[in-house]
Amino acid sequence: MAQFEELKQAIIDGKAPVSKALTEKMLAEGVRPGEFFPKAIIPAMDEVGRRMRECEFFIPEVLIAARAARASSDILRPLLVGEDAMTAAGIVVCGTVKGDLHDIGKNIVAMMLESAGFKIVDLGVDVTAEKIVNAVRDHQANLVAMSALLTTTMVNMKGVIEALTAAGLRTQVKIMVGGAPVTDAWAHSIGADGYGKDAPSAVELARQLVAA
Amino acid sequence: MISSRERVRLALEHKEPDCVPLDLGATSVTGMHVDTVYRLRQTLDLDPPGTPVKIIEPFQMLGEIKPDLIQALAIDTVQVGGTGTAFGFPMEGWKEWKTFGGVPALVPAGFNTQTEPNGDLLLYPQGDRSAPASGRMPAGGFYFDVIVRQQPFKDEDLRVEDNLEEFSVVSDQETDHYRRCAEEFYTQTDKALVLNLGALSLGNIARVPGPALKSPRGIRDVEEWYVSLSSRRAHVYKIFERQTEINLANVQKLYAAVGNRISVVNLTGTDFGAQNGPLVSPQTYRNLFLPFHKLVNDWVHRNTTWKTFIHSCGSVWALVDDFIAAGFDVLNPVQCSAARMNPFDLKSKFGSRITFWGGGVDTQATLPFGSPQEVREEVRERIRAFGPGGGFVFNAVHNIQALVPAENVLSMYRTASEYGRYPLRVASAA
Repeated sequence: MAQFEELKQAIIDGKAPVSKALTEKMLAEGVRPGEFFPKAIIPAMDEVGRRMRECEFFIPEVLIAARAARASSDILRPLLVGEDAMTAAGIVVCGTVKGDLHDIGKNIVAMMLESAGFKIVDLGVDVTAEKIVNAVRDHQANLVAMSALLTTTMVNMKGVIEALTAAGLRTQVKIMVGGAPVTDAWAHSIGADGYGKDAPSAVELARQLVAA
Repeated sequence: MISSRERVRLALEHKEPDCVPLDLGATSVTGMHVDTVYRLRQTLDLDPPGTPVKIIEPFQMLGEIKPDLIQALAIDTVQVGGTGTAFGFPMEGWKEWKTFGGVPALVPAGFNTQTEPNGDLLLYPQGDRSAPASGRMPAGGFYFDVIVRQQPFKDEDLRVEDNLEEFSVVSDQETDHYRRCAEEFYTQTDKALVLNLGALSLGNIARVPGPALKSPRGIRDVEEWYVSLSSRRAHVYKIFERQTEINLANVQKLYAAVGNRISVVNLTGTDFGAQNGPLVSPQTYRNLFLPFHKLVNDWVHRNTTWKTFIHSCGSVWALVDDFIAAGFDVLNPVQCSAARMNPFDLKSKFGSRITFWGGGVDTQATLPFGSPQEVREEVRERIRAFGPGGGFVFNAVHNIQALVPAENVLSMYRTASEYGRYPLRVASAA
């Protein structure tokens, strides 16, 4: 359907007013809310991820596209009931670890995961292990995504994993980590299930982890 | 033996001096966290235990690099900086303070904090505790992060002036301070003088939120700023145009005061790179930043003997040609741990056209978490990569952070002194 293509393009181009208006128009014309994600929003953000990975898109373009996706999805989410109710691809508890206040990278990952159909429980910055444990329990999450920008705070990721293990929740969740100083080797050394080197890789990793 | 100043000059001319010049503390991006300065000074027996270290940059919590430390590590550079801070209070009226790491420190009188119920520390613009706090150090943390205080705005109400409040012509008193510092360091040391005008940075994300301002107006949110680089490009261009007018006037005024005693001027600290690639497209750099960078660089090159220095973290391989086209002579911090930042590739592609200042050892893994031997091996490799033909001033990648063992810092500088002698021993075995 040409309108889905048009919406997809508006999101990629970062035109939030257009994506909002199109979403409203299509709904008024009888398009079911459940169709928007698989036919426009998810493919649009997959394309944004591809362009980011291939250095065609940079931080400003990704943020603008994510805002355009949100302009559409904010209208749709309350309408996703009954047979349109979207089964979340997974429930992700995310946050920047204790002692660290940096969140641009974490926010981009959260926005892209959300646009890929995941339910996001974003705990913000400077998040304690206890808070993450409680959120995993309260929201029945199956993924934890932790971020750190500092060499002085990345060590706190290990404490979160230990706390999840101590709370008996480690087998319930997959754990992914990211952030500037974080590496694949570091992720393995602390017992995480994966490392996302950038937002598109994080989405890919999240899909793999929930499918495993 | 040649003087430090001459050593740096030759390196910047892409010639091999007697040895690779060493920097520590000549800029606010080549310094050291106060906790590490303290431990290093104790290890070197420079102070009795408990002797406080001055915090000369309260945002990144950099400690003072005093002449005795410069001497102990055979450093070739010295900083000529202003009297202000990122939070708008002056560096004067020192008082005692203790870091979360337990290190005794001295902070300026305007360093007025408040502890939150969760233990976080708040810092205030211009030291005024009646204004909304503009800095936060998490409990147990090592640095302040800027608190975003974005007022709601409508696009049609945005005024260029709102993002200019922190840009002003440097006062006569401040100019005198620069003149005195330059005069003193030039006549009483043989070091290369590095003039720091970091405030000239266009769109430095650490400064965009206006930490020195009591009530910042305009675009002050970090995400909104990045979005604006694309969606409000014309507006940002006008902001940069006005900021550059002020910057250029300041460069001219300071040049009149300090003259050619200065070897290098640090013009910008705006980050253009992230871990995996540029933060903004090369096109955005060319359209929005390059014209203004070029304007200042061209003036400096036409009127002074100064070399110009750009700091940008992250993966900037895709931007280095544009930095060179903008007229920069020196690139820092050369973050080799970022994507496409292999030291040998950088040297072979750009080494004849730009000086690498930094890149001497990785600060994300090797320096904080490696052994002294691992530090040593990496320093030797980096000297092999960047050293040949000059065009290299040795420093770690960015400031040496808290929790870095003093032994690693010593291993870093001792290895650089030992293996940085020209002609280099460039055998590939470590």
